[in-house]
Amino acid sequence: MPWGERAQEALIPPLVALLIALICGDLLILSYGQSPAGVYRLLLEGTWGNAYGFGQVLYKATTLAFTGLAVSFGLRAGLFNIGGESQLAAGGFAAALTGLALPVATPLIIALILCIVAAGCAGGVVGAVPAYLKTRFGAHEVIVTIMLNFIVLALLNWFIAGHLHVPETLHTPEIHAGVLPRLSDLSPTFHGSAANLALVVALFVAVAVWFYLFRAKGGYELRAVGLQPDAAEYGGISVGRVWMRALTFSGVIAGIGGINYVLGYKHYYEDGFASGAGFLGIAVALVGRNHPFGVLLAAFFFATLSQGGLAIHAFVPKQMMDVLQGVVIIAVATAVPEVRRVLRGARKMSDT
Amino acid sequence: MNPLSFLAQMIRIAIPYLFAASGGVVAERSGIVSLTLEGFMLGGAFGAVVGTNYSGNPWVGVLTGMLVGLAFALIHAVCTIRYRADQVVVGVAINLLAIGVTRFFLKLFFASSSNSPRVAGFGGNIKLGGFDNPLLWLGLVVPMAVAYLIYRTPFGLRVRAAGEHPDAAESVGVSVKRVRYVAVAISGILAGLGGVYLALDQHQFTDQMTAGRGFIAISAVIFGRWDPIRAALACLLFAAAETFQIQLQGNHAIASQFIEMIPYVLVIIALAGLVGRAVPPAALGKVED
Repeated sequence: MPWGERAQEALIPPLVALLIALICGDLLILSYGQSPAGVYRLLLEGTWGNAYGFGQVLYKATTLAFTGLAVSFGLRAGLFNIGGESQLAAGGFAAALTGLALPVATPLIIALILCIVAAGCAGGVVGAVPAYLKTRFGAHEVIVTIMLNFIVLALLNWFIAGHLHVPETLHTPEIHAGVLPRLSDLSPTFHGSAANLALVVALFVAVAVWFYLFRAKGGYELRAVGLQPDAAEYGGISVGRVWMRALTFSGVIAGIGGINYVLGYKHYYEDGFASGAGFLGIAVALVGRNHPFGVLLAAFFFATLSQGGLAIHAFVPKQMMDVLQGVVIIAVATAVPEVRRVLRGARKMSDT
Repeated sequence: MNPLSFLAQMIRIAIPYLFAASGGVVAERSGIVSLTLEGFMLGGAFGAVVGTNYSGNPWVGVLTGMLVGLAFALIHAVCTIRYRADQVVVGVAINLLAIGVTRFFLKLFFASSSNSPRVAGFGGNIKLGGFDNPLLWLGLVVPMAVAYLIYRTPFGLRVRAAGEHPDAAESVGVSVKRVRYVAVAISGILAGLGGVYLALDQHQFTDQMTAGRGFIAISAVIFGRWDPIRAALACLLFAAAETFQIQLQGNHAIASQFIEMIPYVLVIIALAGLVGRAVPPAALGKVED
């Protein structure tokens, strides 16, 4: 397919979705008796217009980049990982436990590596369960990952509420080893925002995912299975092993995301910190068209929506952004196959 | 533990599940994935409170709740059936949309980000002679009605055909799309009623008040292997576990978190085939080009 058409196929659905979201946003703003242009201006000023807002967008985008990359990694193998929320929470929990267990004097770089490895392992374990049940018993990963969300979150809640919390709260004590520097430590303009160096880890993971998917043999196998499992099996690829790998590493990526909140922002694990991030990761993967760099852009977009809600809250309730997130996902999910069909139809017409 | 009060409480907890799971069975048997039940329920709960609040009559709330459930179902149906969008993605988005829409209009109608004012409902719930909440009786009857619909009517036959062999159904002149539209609409109305019951029982709407009940309902559908009566029994089983936990409160023999896990663990066990295989309808979630 010529790249012009590929670009059309990639760009039209998000643009259509954006247009629909803007129209819905207009209606919601008007229902509050405000002027859409004014509210959108506020939204931009509050997010990209100042260093604090921009820092908050970057912070929120970091978590979404991890869950988005996790979902897209699974989807490349044709598997739907809806367990991002519990994998993220498990990763954050493991990072906090590691940070608590390490002596205060541990050198930062060693503490960080250990915390990140722990987070990845915890997420990977949660991801490996549906992978095993899928390859061994054929249990559908969508249902299993949803069910595991509830199970894992209840288990973590039991650990925190029953055993590990600081009295009167639902979080662990503060960690002292493995604290990630914030952007405001490096540049005072970001003062007060939660953005931290987990952002760099996210960029690194995105590049690693890109390299694996498009430059490594394993990634080639993974994509082959995603496109045509039967053909891949016939071509000598063990589909079961690829599924195991895809869902486990999807869990690892989501799990590492837990460091953004735990090591970078609050320095403790808090019950419910991952709430909603897994589902939004699906949106991010979808809008980013399952490409690691597209995912980064989409994470930035959804983080802007979420931070923008706070910026306009004095005029239109921030809940407007919850509506728009849903609208964007539905519009993209609907526009993608439709645009592909229309383009294909047009191509057939011009061929004959 | 008083067995009668246990039973009464169990039934109260089970009613929203029974409504939603019955709806889920209809949609899934037609081939459309029902991860949307949670959103339909939430919409129904909100619709019920708005209708009841402005009319003062809970029956108006029942109607508006069903309509909101139906509206969300139609969005889902148009995207997945007309435009053949991915049912899982749209399903997840419908749930997010329902959370967002109810939050936004909660703020607009009631100027609150957490709950609505108290609204009227149906009478107190349990009397020794029976229940005086009509929705409660309806909830107990719905699974049987759905079983009759699925197994004993021409429409039910078409639903099953659409879910198992859509091509064969088309070849004998059944419009698979129309059948699926109707099936999803029914699931929206029924799950909406589950939300209506929940909201009127608590006499108010609170943010995200369905709290995963739609997912318990879909678990019941799977655990009941897509059969309305077995799904209803699964609902009762899950409700019994919850009741048990509530009545045991104060007794720390089993942490509540582990009771909460029961439905989800049972579903995974059922899907993994450890107690006989749960096999979904053949065309469930498939998009034909």
